[in-house]
Amino acid sequence: MSETPPPTPLRERARQALQDTFLHEALTIATTKFIGLRREAFGEFPDGEALRDRARAIKEATLQHLDQHLERLIDNVERRGGQVHYATTPEDACRTVLDIAKRTGARLAVKSKSMATEEIHLNTALQAAGVTPLETDLGEYIIQLAHERPSHIIAPAIHKTKGQVAELFARELGREIEPDPEVLTRIARAELREKFLIADMGISGANFGVADTGTIVLVTNEGNGRMVTSLPRVHVAVMGVEKVIPSMTDLAVFLAILAKSATGQKLSVYTSLVNGPRRGGELEGPEEFHLVLLDNGRIRQIAGPLREALSCLRCGACLNVCPVYRQIGGHAYGYTYPGPIGILLTAMLNGPASVKDLAHASSLCGACADACPVRIDIPRMLIELRRSVVERRIAPWPERVVFGVFGRLLRRPALYRLAARAGRVLQRPFVRRGAIRRLPLFFGGWTRTRDLPPIAARTFQERWAQLAREDHR
Amino acid sequence: MVTCLGDMFYPEVGETIVRLLRRLGVAVDFPAGQTCCGLPLFNSGYHADAAAVARRTVALFEAAEAVVVPSGSCAWMVKHEYPGLMTAPADRAAAERLAGRTHELSQFLVKRLGRRQFHSAVGGQLTYHDSCHLLRGLHESESPRALLRDLAGSEFVELPGGDECCGFGGSFAVRLPEVSAAILDKKLTQVEATGADCVVACDAGCLMQMRGGLSRRGSRVRAVHLAEVLGDAR
Repeated sequence: MSETPPPTPLRERARQALQDTFLHEALTIATTKFIGLRREAFGEFPDGEALRDRARAIKEATLQHLDQHLERLIDNVERRGGQVHYATTPEDACRTVLDIAKRTGARLAVKSKSMATEEIHLNTALQAAGVTPLETDLGEYIIQLAHERPSHIIAPAIHKTKGQVAELFARELGREIEPDPEVLTRIARAELREKFLIADMGISGANFGVADTGTIVLVTNEGNGRMVTSLPRVHVAVMGVEKVIPSMTDLAVFLAILAKSATGQKLSVYTSLVNGPRRGGELEGPEEFHLVLLDNGRIRQIAGPLREALSCLRCGACLNVCPVYRQIGGHAYGYTYPGPIGILLTAMLNGPASVKDLAHASSLCGACADACPVRIDIPRMLIELRRSVVERRIAPWPERVVFGVFGRLLRRPALYRLAARAGRVLQRPFVRRGAIRRLPLFFGGWTRTRDLPPIAARTFQERWAQLAREDHR
Repeated sequence: MVTCLGDMFYPEVGETIVRLLRRLGVAVDFPAGQTCCGLPLFNSGYHADAAAVARRTVALFEAAEAVVVPSGSCAWMVKHEYPGLMTAPADRAAAERLAGRTHELSQFLVKRLGRRQFHSAVGGQLTYHDSCHLLRGLHESESPRALLRDLAGSEFVELPGGDECCGFGGSFAVRLPEVSAAILDKKLTQVEATGADCVVACDAGCLMQMRGGLSRRGSRVRAVHLAEVLGDAR
């Protein structure tokens, strides 16, 4: 099953987002801060550029033999007493988790932040089956209270101001709460602590799965990840198949660039290495450990046009620098994964038709590719997606007509010149004091906010004969 | 190569460039039959049409020793995308030859001609907006700045967020006009905050976007092409 397409068109969603002044304030503050911190972190780290290349090379090499790495990961997880499940679709993945919950009698599941579980809409499935999911990452906790979905890959509540969070908490607790991040965090912590102790199940994602050792790696800042993976009697990790890496040496390469790209930290506060269930003589850890390997359109892309996107570390750097994301935020994209990489992942998960419009939610400025720690050429793939939309003939027909005519004009210079002359005549009623301030049809989108220059009285080509004669010495 | 926007909307920029190059001792020719480099077709996914446009453009410039382009995005298209659009080996070889001989204006002046010292044609204070394709496509940030910094009679100030997109993005500007305008708004606020008289760009697309926004705002700041601020060589 694919994700449900958003009910309103992209342009309308974007327009609504632009009108949200809280969103604008929150996004500007957060993304500006992330951009600065990232720049600083790499500025102080001369090996950064080489490590980015190295990281990409590791990802590429791993994709070459993904089956073998996954087999090794599975063997090693099982050797350590964990159980591995393979899920082709979101339904498979949810069913697997629900089966485990049912068999172990789980009623409350604490979760650490995971986009993979968002992607399969696990919370909805858990709720429907009578298991209460509780998000324990602060950002996720906030949006769960607000009945929303993450609007950023690593900062799910980035769209909320601290004032809005305080209001939300106040509503929930029925008392006045001051909009101070420290106070808010303390309240959330107090609420969550108790839940960690009574939860039956912990659900996490996975930043990496190390094949050599069967280790699941979680990168977090709040420490909730290690509680989720160690306190409840069952731990389930849901991991996209592309997250497997060969060895601990490789892990070191990724850890060196991941937090720097994401939050500008040298390392995140917690890096948890999960090595399966509790073993004899160990004091902590779950009784059962399950790893759910999720395909959901990924495997197909190993030989597909979106292959590069399988290297994504989910750091969110491309969102922070994207001029479009910075204006409209994550929800306007309409699917689980927002931002430039999100468009590619949406296409991966739901097919290229799902991003028919979204593929154009980019000015192709290239800031995303520049910020990406593994140098994914996002603009190139957006163009590829646009091409596949055109070639499947699912682009809107007026657009196809306009571009069809345009393409012909550009191949026939006489027609092109004729069009310039025709444009000069047609524009006459609209030119006021050397500028066009209002135009009908889709040009109106431009002129509503910007002036348009009129086609010149004489184009350069028409001036050339004279210019060629000019005595230039 | 005049480019479609340069031809139709900013012919005076083309004239200025011809005169500038002649003053520097460059013999300028203008092959007839130019239209557009095909970038709008390419970016929107109409690659068969873009390839047809590319093939005829390559043929037009076959004889040129060097091709100077006043827009970073068109230069990027020719240099980076033309070869890949060609299927026949001979076409590809021709496209690669053209790619190697094609230069964006600021790069041509600074890197090919080695000329960076000019008198200012406009005076006042100037700031610079990095066009995305020039900056991140052709990895060029220094040549235009070198020209502007050395300009006699004008003062250069850096634009905070100068490397951020102006929101043009070709068809993006009409597909999501409100988003495009919001991005532009931020850019223009930053431009105005520098106190500069002109914001200089090396791309007709950015110019169209920024000029359109500035005139709608009734701003005193002008958006100008690099060529328009370069007067006589020093």
